[in-house]
Amino acid sequence: MGAVPFFAYVGLFLLLPTAIIVVGSFFTKDGTFTLANFSDINKPYIIKSFTNSLIISSVSAVVGAVVGAVLAYAVVTGNPNGILRRLVTSAAGVLAQFGGVALAIAAIATLGSAGFVTQFLLDRGINIYANGLWIYDPPGIILVYLYFQIPLMVLVFLPALDGLRPQWREATESLGGSTWHYWRHVAGPLLAPSFLGCTLLLFANAFSAYATVAALLTQGGVYITLEIQNLLTSETEQTQPGLAQALALTMIVIVVIVMSLYTLLQRRTSKWLQ
Amino acid sequence: MVVLLAVGAFFLAPLGAMFEFSTRGNAINAPRTLEGWAQVYQTPGLVRGIIVSLELAVITPLAMLVLLVPTMVWVRLRLPRLKRIVEFICLLPLTVPAIALVVGLKPIYVWIEINISPETQVLAFAYLILVLPYSYRTLDAGLAAIDLKTLSEAARSLGAGWLTVMLRIVVPNMSSAILNASLLSVALVLGEYTIANLLNFQNLQVEIAYVSLTTSNTATAVALGSLLFAFVLLLVLSFVGRTRGRRTRAEEILPSSASSAGIWGQRV
Amino acid sequence: MKLGSLSRRLGLAAMAILFVAACGSSSTAAGATNWATTTSASAGGGMAALVAAAKAEGQLNVIALPPDWADYGDLISGFTAKYGIPINSVNPNGSSQQEVDAFDGTPNAPDVVDVGQAVALNNTAKFAPYMVSTWGDIPAGAKEPTGLWFNDYGGYMGIGYDSSKVPTITAVSDLLGAAFKGKVALSGDPTKSNQGLNGVIMAGIASGGTLDDVSKGVAFFHSLKQAGNYVPVVCTAATVKAGQTPVCFEWDYLSASHGKDVSTWKIFVPTTAIIGGYYSQAINKAAPHPAAARLWEEYLYSDAGQNFWLKGGARPVRMAAMTSAGTINATYAAALPQVPGTPQVPTGAQTAAASSYVVANWSQAVS
Repeated sequence: MGAVPFFAYVGLFLLLPTAIIVVGSFFTKDGTFTLANFSDINKPYIIKSFTNSLIISSVSAVVGAVVGAVLAYAVVTGNPNGILRRLVTSAAGVLAQFGGVALAIAAIATLGSAGFVTQFLLDRGINIYANGLWIYDPPGIILVYLYFQIPLMVLVFLPALDGLRPQWREATESLGGSTWHYWRHVAGPLLAPSFLGCTLLLFANAFSAYATVAALLTQGGVYITLEIQNLLTSETEQTQPGLAQALALTMIVIVVIVMSLYTLLQRRTSKWLQ
Repeated sequence: MVVLLAVGAFFLAPLGAMFEFSTRGNAINAPRTLEGWAQVYQTPGLVRGIIVSLELAVITPLAMLVLLVPTMVWVRLRLPRLKRIVEFICLLPLTVPAIALVVGLKPIYVWIEINISPETQVLAFAYLILVLPYSYRTLDAGLAAIDLKTLSEAARSLGAGWLTVMLRIVVPNMSSAILNASLLSVALVLGEYTIANLLNFQNLQVEIAYVSLTTSNTATAVALGSLLFAFVLLLVLSFVGRTRGRRTRAEEILPSSASSAGIWGQRV
Repeated sequence: MKLGSLSRRLGLAAMAILFVAACGSSSTAAGATNWATTTSASAGGGMAALVAAAKAEGQLNVIALPPDWADYGDLISGFTAKYGIPINSVNPNGSSQQEVDAFDGTPNAPDVVDVGQAVALNNTAKFAPYMVSTWGDIPAGAKEPTGLWFNDYGGYMGIGYDSSKVPTITAVSDLLGAAFKGKVALSGDPTKSNQGLNGVIMAGIASGGTLDDVSKGVAFFHSLKQAGNYVPVVCTAATVKAGQTPVCFEWDYLSASHGKDVSTWKIFVPTTAIIGGYYSQAINKAAPHPAAARLWEEYLYSDAGQNFWLKGGARPVRMAAMTSAGTINATYAAALPQVPGTPQVPTGAQTAAASSYVVANWSQAVS
């Protein structure tokens, strides 16, 4: 039928790789079922990579969500068809793409040890790296991630803010409520599911990120996406072929859970804010 | 207003820094130079990467349109029960991080490189999957805006074959959705690094990464250039989306949020 | 009906494409030399036959050869100029381990690799034996007897540094001081890169260890990381020029080339820990272009090739033989970096043992 080419293609290039990952995680090279690959995850540096990745994803998601929400609100209170809004949404659209190699290069150019801002501050007597080169540590990575997290938040949260009807605000005020009441009892509860959902989206985004941290930490770092890359291309792959698949499967499961929660929360929001 | 200015400075600083970095001279107080920018043409790897990525940026949207548009039309007209499944499948790539997907793609690509072609252009197979989520959403919004059933029945009753219906009725009526989806595919393809790098191919971003380890001026110049190019592309997109008459809020925002939600997974 | 005829035409086109692609794979003429299993130029019919076969193959794939590394830039352009065979050079800053990892059986795999001892010894099963015409000039300890790998050039491990950014270094332990915060880098991941591994070995010996025990080296880098002095960035020509890595553990010939980019770049080689290391050439058993691979090796081991490495500041393996024969380039030889004492060169076994230790303990030490 007409839909066959589509299903065939997707089956080959999306479902088959996923199946390969699942099979590879649970079976050894000889074909015997095993859970050894998952117990291998217990190694200290792999646990540390998961922890690091989870930390930078959560922090950059929460901070990005808060700053992005504030920025989105600042835009939404203006003219819906005005220049400001178009400018910010276009810029946000572009900056949400701002990732990977280009972002790593920009980070070095701005805040690297020879970067523009670093030198600028040094010339004025402020050494931001007096206590160590934190740009390559989790704090630095979080800062770099914010550069695409905040625009992403603006883009995905804006529709929810748009859904807030001005009549609700007027109704609150006419009933004697203040701004605080409005936010606490009307807008807050309405926006909460969407805000939470968008934060989860940001989390999944940061957790899956590979290109940025790979291009920044060329000497390697303890993050789960870099570990997968390490396993895929190193000789340990020969002796431990299932470990990369097990890690990949774990990542997929985490992201699937997060994205399902996101979808559920978005559905709740859309009921009210359509 | 203060918020906007502060945030604006936060985001513009790195772009300015990139320009400053790419024009630094060699010695400590050497004069600024555009040599980094000029060197781009003299770095064969970079030129090759730019060409290959541009080719992929043409192949992928074309393949996406050929695969998706007929399928979506067919599903809408003849197999409405499959709609949920197709939608679910098209959104699946969002939940499989590229770095994880490539673990499963590697053995498939070894087969492809030996039996079909070792050229970098075969990356299009994987890229098509990556662009599915928001291409689907954009095209779906476009299809929803036209009355497909009536139009196609009218055309068929006048004797048109399916190809004519597709090419002369459907496509012109969803031209802006098609353009949207194509431009978003282009932006994704140009920024993709993860899959190319792990499958040992050299596309634009991989070449930039190589060059950044040899000559940072040139690498910064190309990175800044590709960013500005993507910016122009998306700016064009935002104007194209507004040319059509009355569009609902959802349709206007849907492509941009769908685009961001779709592209982030691959660029970052 | 139109759709039917269209799909028929598309189907024919698809079949045609697949047909052409299948036929596109090259087939060797009956009786021609199979260069993939030939172990020397003479066995394959002589240099002329080799050159012709290489030209017919039309390309050479190489990996991890930065142009400013022991003057590979001149070698690559020289080879292409002499034989008209273009060279596809990928991943210039790749490590030795990444080079053999790229043997993925596809036509994009590298034909030849230039790797460190540990990786060469570990991967002989992936190499094809070949003896270049000047095989006799290579000392016995510097080659595998059947030609699976053979040393090409070497140098000594040192610490290159920008004297305008950090104080003069007189001992490796200086690097733990406060003046070096966020400034010290390795030139490769020691779990994968030969240069990185030798940097750790050198640091180990300078900290009181021996060639058989690299644990003090790993401990040194752990202290470096704790002090905040270690930068998790691979130091390359770009990072040196940009000022990101003002202090770098690297081969002396690379320091020499960095000196061209940064006029204040100096090198420090600790007198108690002069570690010498050679790299080795090997040919991919499944090389996509076997004749071109062998021709490249012949070129590298010719007088011209060896002198290019000398120009790059490295010590080519045929140096002793060429000096006696008078074919060595005296100017380049005189410009070689000085060695302040007796070098120690780790044996294959010692490098392999060091590598295993580092692979097991590095992530923990610098995370």
